[in-house]
Amino acid sequence: MLSQYLFFFLSFVAIVSALMVLLSKKPIHSVLYLTLTFFTLAGHYILLNAQFLAVVHIIVYAGAIMVLFLFTVMLLNLNIEGEFQKSTIMKFIAAIGGGMIFLVLIGTLKSFDVATVGNPELTQIGLVKNLGKTLYSDYLLPFELSSILFLSAMVGAVMLGKKDKQ
Amino acid sequence: MDMTFVIYKLILCVVILLLSLVIAMYATLAERKIAGFFQDRLGPNRAGTFGLLQPVADGLKLFMKEEFMPANADKILYIMGPSLTMLVALLSSAVIPWGGSLIIAGKEFALQVADINIGVLYVFAVISIGVYGIMIGGWASNNKYALMGAVRAASQMISYELAMSMSIVTIVMTTGSLSLNEIVAQQHGMNWNVFTQPIGFVVFVICAFAETNRAPFDLPECETELIGGYHTEYSSMKLGFYLFSEYINMFISSAMIASLYFGGYNFPFMDDLGLSHNMITIIGTVVLFAKISFFGFLFMWIRWTLPRFRYDQLMRFGWKGLLPWAIANMIITGFISLLIKNNFFAFLTK
Repeated sequence: MLSQYLFFFLSFVAIVSALMVLLSKKPIHSVLYLTLTFFTLAGHYILLNAQFLAVVHIIVYAGAIMVLFLFTVMLLNLNIEGEFQKSTIMKFIAAIGGGMIFLVLIGTLKSFDVATVGNPELTQIGLVKNLGKTLYSDYLLPFELSSILFLSAMVGAVMLGKKDKQ
Repeated sequence: MDMTFVIYKLILCVVILLLSLVIAMYATLAERKIAGFFQDRLGPNRAGTFGLLQPVADGLKLFMKEEFMPANADKILYIMGPSLTMLVALLSSAVIPWGGSLIIAGKEFALQVADINIGVLYVFAVISIGVYGIMIGGWASNNKYALMGAVRAASQMISYELAMSMSIVTIVMTTGSLSLNEIVAQQHGMNWNVFTQPIGFVVFVICAFAETNRAPFDLPECETELIGGYHTEYSSMKLGFYLFSEYINMFISSAMIASLYFGGYNFPFMDDLGLSHNMITIIGTVVLFAKISFFGFLFMWIRWTLPRFRYDQLMRFGWKGLLPWAIANMIITGFISLLIKNNFFAFLTK
């Protein structure tokens, strides 16, 4: 019963803050609302008994990525309201693009068989021990490959950020 | 969930909250007394005996001061800054095991608010969101110096977070558990992690200094370059919250050092005393607080002994000094644990 109330509360906050990301005038408010959305999603993960995913979600998204966003927005000082006025053709293209993505989403969701999640207390896959075992035995190769991908992205960023020595 | 459990947890929460606040309050007095001792002067001694009422007087003074808000400040975020800093500072106290367990009327009550199986990751998460309060406060004050101070503080905290996490990961590798309660319980009988993880311990302590923005890493506050840093525009109790959360962070960091590396509530010969279970728990809690006080003293000792870094030195030290050490420590630990697991050292015991 309590978890149901929590679910509705979290969903409400998630939707409102996700809308506020788009609606708020100042970019910094958008960033902070996005952080709030991530926190509510982490709450949803906890309700699904996936504590590891929840905490990693907070560490990676709220703790690392959004802090970098905040840095960028603060230092670029994107604080002038109405800076994002775009020309009519841009708005037109954006509307068509967004509409098409919406169509794709609807199409996918329509054919998607909604899997009923079993009792989250019984599905123990979200716990760190089971997740680690699955990740390091069944999915070892994809896991390693994605870490190499991250490493190469990191090295690439450092290379690009390095000043020329000439 | 029965009612006694809920009430017990509520009481425990309130007690820990009050304890953290009172300890942080008196840590300010201890800091000034110790500074006085190091500089061959008396320190505060006017308010009450030995200056014991000084923290109360300081708090009262901060409450009475004028509330000032810069004209173009973002009002909500300006208030959110110090509040978030305070909230995050208090958050990690939830997973620290403050003692063993008390058995009252046949029921076992653990002296830990939440024994979650991902305690260490929870601590990582709390550390990683610690920058928000400072960033938001610095930005919302609408002051260039405050913004620069906030950026400096945040980049320092992000940089040292990495090495800190790496040093905790080695602990997780040796104990095989992410639960802080389990980590402390495994250090029973002088199996303190500091003996097996000396490098990790040193890295962790240095990073803890940097995370709490304490000397010799107190670069965010720099009178000649940045005035007061991120709290330049703050006054009254909002400034008090920023300053106060530093002491709470110090207390929690000391508790973390004591639990992760120095056995937490465990003390030598605890099984040989022949005392009852509850008595051992109470002594254990007292011992834990003695350890915390020692590390609190260490924080102050270093602050009044070492000169501060220059900012570029600080960054170089974090990325090129501590991080390689932490990673090397992790690899060596993994290698040795693999050897132990495969009975490589069996010839030594033959």
